[in-house]
Amino acid sequence: MKLNLRIWRQKNAEDGGRMDNYELEDISADASFLEMLDVLNESLIERSEEPVAFDHDCREGICGTCSLVINGVPHGPRRATTTCQLHMREFKDGDTITIEPFRAAAFPVLRDLCVDRGAFDRILQQGGFVSVNTGGAQDANALPIAKVEADTAFDAAACIGCGACVAACPNAAAMLFVAAKVGHLAHLPQGEPEREQRVVSMVHAMDEEGFGSCRNYYECEAACPKEISVDFIAEMNRGYRQSVSKGVSA
Amino acid sequence: MNLDPNIPDGPIQDKWDLHRFQMKLVNPANKRKFRVIIVGSGLAGGSAAATLAELGYDVDCFCYQDSARRAHSIAAQGGINAAKNYQNDGDSVWRLFYDTVKGGDFRSREANVYRLSQVSANIIDQCVAQGVPFAREYGGQLANRSFGGAQVSRTFYARGQTGQQLLLGCYAALNRQIGLGKVRMHTRKEMLDVVVADGNARGIVTRDLVTGKIESHAAHAVVLATGGYANVFFLSTNAMGCNVTATWRAHKRGAGFANPCYTQIHPTCIPVHGDFQSKLTLMSESLRNDGRVWVPSKPGETRGPAEIPDAERDYYLERKYPSFGNLAPRDIASRSAKEACDDGKGVGHGGRGVYLDFRDAIARVGEDAVRERYGNLFDMYERITDENPYKVPMRIYPAPHYTMGGLWVDYNLQSTVPGLHVIGEANFSDHGANRLGASALMQGLADGYFVLPYTIGHYFATQKPGDIDTDHPDFKRVEADVHARLNKLISIGGARTVDHFHRELGRLMWDKCGMARNAAGLEEALVRIPELREEFWSDVRIPGGDTEFNMELEKAGRVADFLEFGETMCRDALTRDESCGGHFREEHQTPDGEAVRDDANFAHAAVWEHNGPDAEPTRHVEPLSYENVELAIRSYK
Repeated sequence: MKLNLRIWRQKNAEDGGRMDNYELEDISADASFLEMLDVLNESLIERSEEPVAFDHDCREGICGTCSLVINGVPHGPRRATTTCQLHMREFKDGDTITIEPFRAAAFPVLRDLCVDRGAFDRILQQGGFVSVNTGGAQDANALPIAKVEADTAFDAAACIGCGACVAACPNAAAMLFVAAKVGHLAHLPQGEPEREQRVVSMVHAMDEEGFGSCRNYYECEAACPKEISVDFIAEMNRGYRQSVSKGVSA
Repeated sequence: MNLDPNIPDGPIQDKWDLHRFQMKLVNPANKRKFRVIIVGSGLAGGSAAATLAELGYDVDCFCYQDSARRAHSIAAQGGINAAKNYQNDGDSVWRLFYDTVKGGDFRSREANVYRLSQVSANIIDQCVAQGVPFAREYGGQLANRSFGGAQVSRTFYARGQTGQQLLLGCYAALNRQIGLGKVRMHTRKEMLDVVVADGNARGIVTRDLVTGKIESHAAHAVVLATGGYANVFFLSTNAMGCNVTATWRAHKRGAGFANPCYTQIHPTCIPVHGDFQSKLTLMSESLRNDGRVWVPSKPGETRGPAEIPDAERDYYLERKYPSFGNLAPRDIASRSAKEACDDGKGVGHGGRGVYLDFRDAIARVGEDAVRERYGNLFDMYERITDENPYKVPMRIYPAPHYTMGGLWVDYNLQSTVPGLHVIGEANFSDHGANRLGASALMQGLADGYFVLPYTIGHYFATQKPGDIDTDHPDFKRVEADVHARLNKLISIGGARTVDHFHRELGRLMWDKCGMARNAAGLEEALVRIPELREEFWSDVRIPGGDTEFNMELEKAGRVADFLEFGETMCRDALTRDESCGGHFREEHQTPDGEAVRDDANFAHAAVWEHNGPDAEPTRHVEPLSYENVELAIRSYK
């Protein structure tokens, strides 16, 4: 297939950036979206132009490295699918495709389509864990956990930390990301002792990083490649208010 | 080269306990005065970094990814083994040990494997305590399944995302230590060399992948947890960034490289479908619990799978290996698929594929039960191939997936360079010539949580705590080497892309040093690789400079190392004149195509010593003795 690509180019964090146009021919419908970009980059290098920088690693939808806003939608048009698992059969011959980085004040652009998502790590460092040292654990089956609770915890824990929720939100809020980690641990007895402190500390860290406020647009859920439910946001809000009303502070 | 494995005395059951008692301890007040560098943040590196920080050491952890959570351990699907015997089906530490030694085709080190089996149960306890959401039964107990190469159900799993959940567990433990200020995490920083000063590993030189800045970091010990080298084949199931650079550069600074020819070709991957292909996708071999593998009996079959009656299908694994059937170990299942395709019975693009069919499982337990077990894998398959595996059989073909070879380490996980420790897939010791399913996660976490934190203390006890810096002239020398190499890459200004060379190397390695090898092919590769390396260094084109975010430059450095490493890999495959595990030499097989080992001449680990850029490396051996497991012909019939 033949494609017209409009791609965000930005040399580094200081550069203002611009959209550039590229034409590409002979793309197989079976190629993945990132393989299509590989083909573009090889042709750019052969023409002595600089290739488009984009983040990617596992290319099987689990590492959360790939990003891209494709025609205005984080990870592109296919529901519950990361960019690396998106295939060109989702597009038509002759399409114009607009490709931009995940945009948010808390995700500064490093180059072209690559952004810095370090804010996510820093939020998790403020409570996204169970405080247990190696070696002190009891026998794993000494703590039975109802299957339905374990499954709910898993649904939240499936988050890959890609940041599509932030990119999709008109306010660039990180609520779904934070709620996923809070919810994962809130549904397990292991997370109970630190539950109140965790939610307050992580919400505080999220605000400090400059993410926006949640207005229940639910764009995050629609964009999430792992289909994490906004129910976890409601649970987090309740947990946060209960904890704060008890006097817990960050 | 000193290859004393330092295996403790005593019966195998007591070795680790005795050793832990005999090892020297570091005074708790002194621990913070010891600095340790950990390269890699996957299951091995992440768990080691967290645990060493908990113990009080001063830790720096590096990864090339933008977050520690993205290390490729995350992509492991199927599960993690542990000798818990929760299913009461006859499992034990001894059985896991035996299965692993046998599965490795009697080419691993007994004492290490026994220790791995011993600590396997602790790993599950630890992960559950961290909140890893393993699959559970309705009664609240942990669920298990069986996995390739085992007849007991000892595999713990978290849907098809076990690696992800285990990694997020250890990433959480790591985050806790980062938040406490006990670990300094360095993301998007790639290690480009090791600094060995006065005979000990004293630090590393890194490149900041965003700014291009070259930096030296000093420590009392360096730990490499940098994974395997399957990307030498270009197409593999590894992440795009996985590379041999850290271990290869360490090798060039004196660390012995053991058994580089041992590579695992995983049987259940989605077949290649075009020239543009950048990577191969694995589907968990847990699919083989319910899927049946078959090809049409007749070569050149043109009918679709639904039109081929059972009598004209060859369920070749069930036919050849009646007791293990579709659960035969990976090397055997992969080779059988290749044989079927070589016989012209392959299906799909280029005839390089076999069917993995769920028709009978769906008839037996229903589509919903199959969806519950494998739903995410079926979705992934459908996304990539545009075919619905509930309706038509999957097509699969083997792909490079894991590498059993790696830097040689002793029982303490220390390489031949004092102070340089190697853990996880990056070392060589536990899986022999073939790794069993669900054992990689086990080994990575065993090394990081339960082995290295003890053994590295024994090394520190021989060192002086306190100040250490990058002023040593060896740091300056290594930094200068790193700069010179980057400048050279940038200045070539040739005509071809990095991927062009990587693809060509990959094709060569797959053809000559892939699932089956022979002397003539390996000798050809040994001629062609140096030529290709020469072409690379005179004709590669890398746009941009070295003081900016430059992904082509990153790739170029890694491919340059693969172009050196590939040669040693082929040399190792040529000199190991026997078949064992994943290393199948066509000259050494039974009439029905099974591997034939040569224990009299090759019951050893081959360890390569680098002798400089223009000299052939030296092959050393560590003899492997089997005192607890009888060397036998590995049969799964």
